[in-house]
Amino acid sequence: MIFMASVATDYTNQIEYSDEVAEFSDEVVAEMKSHLTKYPEGRHRSALIPLLFVIQRERGWIDNPGVNYLAKFLDLEVSDIWETATFYTMFNMRPVGRHHIQICKTLSCRIMGEPEITEHICSRVGIKPGETTEDGKYTITMVECLGSCGTAPMLQIGFDFHENLTKESVDKLLDSLD
Amino acid sequence: MEIKAIGCEALQLKMMHVENGHTLEVYQEHGGYKSLKKAMDMSPDDIINEVKDSALRGRGGAGFPTGMKWSFVPRDSPKPKYIVCNADESEPGTFKDRYLLERDPHALIEGMLIGAFALGVETCYIYYRGEYKYLIDIMEKAIEEAKAANLVGKNILGSDFSCDFYTHTGAGAYICGEETALLSSLEGFRGHPRMKPPFPAVEGVYACPTVVNNVETLTAVPQIIEMGGIEWRDLGTERSGGTKLWSVSGHVKNPGVYELPMGYMDMEKFIMEDCGGMLRDDVPLKAVIPGGSSVYIIRADKILGGNLSMCYEGLVEGGSMVGSGGFMVMDETVDVMESTKNLTEFYRHESCGWCTPCREGTDWLVKIFNRIAEGGGRPEDAQLLLDISDNIEGKSFCPLGDAAAWPIQSAVKRFPEDFKKHLMPKDA
Repeated sequence: MIFMASVATDYTNQIEYSDEVAEFSDEVVAEMKSHLTKYPEGRHRSALIPLLFVIQRERGWIDNPGVNYLAKFLDLEVSDIWETATFYTMFNMRPVGRHHIQICKTLSCRIMGEPEITEHICSRVGIKPGETTEDGKYTITMVECLGSCGTAPMLQIGFDFHENLTKESVDKLLDSLD
Repeated sequence: MEIKAIGCEALQLKMMHVENGHTLEVYQEHGGYKSLKKAMDMSPDDIINEVKDSALRGRGGAGFPTGMKWSFVPRDSPKPKYIVCNADESEPGTFKDRYLLERDPHALIEGMLIGAFALGVETCYIYYRGEYKYLIDIMEKAIEEAKAANLVGKNILGSDFSCDFYTHTGAGAYICGEETALLSSLEGFRGHPRMKPPFPAVEGVYACPTVVNNVETLTAVPQIIEMGGIEWRDLGTERSGGTKLWSVSGHVKNPGVYELPMGYMDMEKFIMEDCGGMLRDDVPLKAVIPGGSSVYIIRADKILGGNLSMCYEGLVEGGSMVGSGGFMVMDETVDVMESTKNLTEFYRHESCGWCTPCREGTDWLVKIFNRIAEGGGRPEDAQLLLDISDNIEGKSFCPLGDAAAWPIQSAVKRFPEDFKKHLMPKDA
């Protein structure tokens, strides 16, 4: 199993399994239902990735009650939901900080100054990549190419792109986060 | 960052600097949706023939002739048919589609509508990479506008042609840019590639005939219909029709998205003049990866004075490929062992795990690179990297395995000095 470490992080130890099912407001339920309308009759599993994003937005990460809800909502097995969710790196399999700083580490960013930017952010925030601050404010993750190579180095916080980074612009950015 | 056309009129980049060019009103003021109207007066065969004549090849990286792909869709199938736009732009070094989607969403809708009309498609999906969420919001608005103007939906422009548009999102998996993996993902599964045949044109999403095309491929279609296939092809070379977008990044003064006619001469002029030259005047060019991270790396001495033509056949002659047009420029500060290690880490992370040679091979490659980077390089490591790469190449379902092998094969062979210096015996 040691070789599998390259493709499947061991998530199972992060999750406390339970039968608890998450609850959502009528608005969120309506939003989830609207995703189903995009796909043909009987093909509701297609909505799974968009729905996982809704779960993550509402609950902060892909947690067990959220997954149980989706299984009921889509009439799928709980294992079907985990099967898909654990494949995609954008789904957080553990809680992350309020500001999820995702620094691009792929070649164009790497040669345009990413190492200095990463070091600067880590020293300012006081954690290493892969960690979350104790107050739950920041998580830093190193990610692969985000399609901003012409404006390297860059990072994404949530869904927002921050490009052409310098130490000064990173300072400004971090100061602006609550 | 620059966004401009060089050596040709801006076609793909026409709307890039037009204020509110992403809105229907402004798009139509600039001739938008005229090609759709023209196409709807043509027969499906004529549309497909124009696209064939244009020599348009898939702009996502594989370079498959688009007209031929379209002609594989069975006419008489009783199943519904689909067009899926591959907007899962994730080849390292590539960011052209992002600007098309941000500033010219209606060109994509129009290109897909023309395809849908020709192929009898009633449902179109646009599959975005999850990180491009802000672009999905832009597209959703564009689709709403088009619907309100009767360009999307039922009985388009009063005809009996109907076509619905939906956006769909991935969630951070490079493999989903591979068309069959994309379809698995669109169905809500892990992004595993599927065995071909059957090809998507016969059995794609929901086992129905499906055409999967890249954004830049589809946005070229309205131009082809407007100009005529032969005319569009003649902007480029006989085997590489039209114009192509190049995403330029790395050590140049003016990185950006450049539209060049296919066959543009030459690569040296492109880097040294059009892109403003090297970032630091005193650090010379070392290497270029011209078509996204998967393609062969080219040495500077092949480029400088090499008269390399920027087109499919020209780059093959230069020892590489057009790929996705992700043009990464590296100066002498870059250690090619390090840059190849970086790309190998990417492929290891992105290997979907389906095929053993790719899953295990990329993992071993990274382990060896790590050992080399930590000072434990052995003289036989260069050959070991090549051996493992050769055992991945051609031995996986999809081209991700090849894409992981090619950068290593070319880097070890073309930059032996950058590896050799890390591979000295300890006592040397």
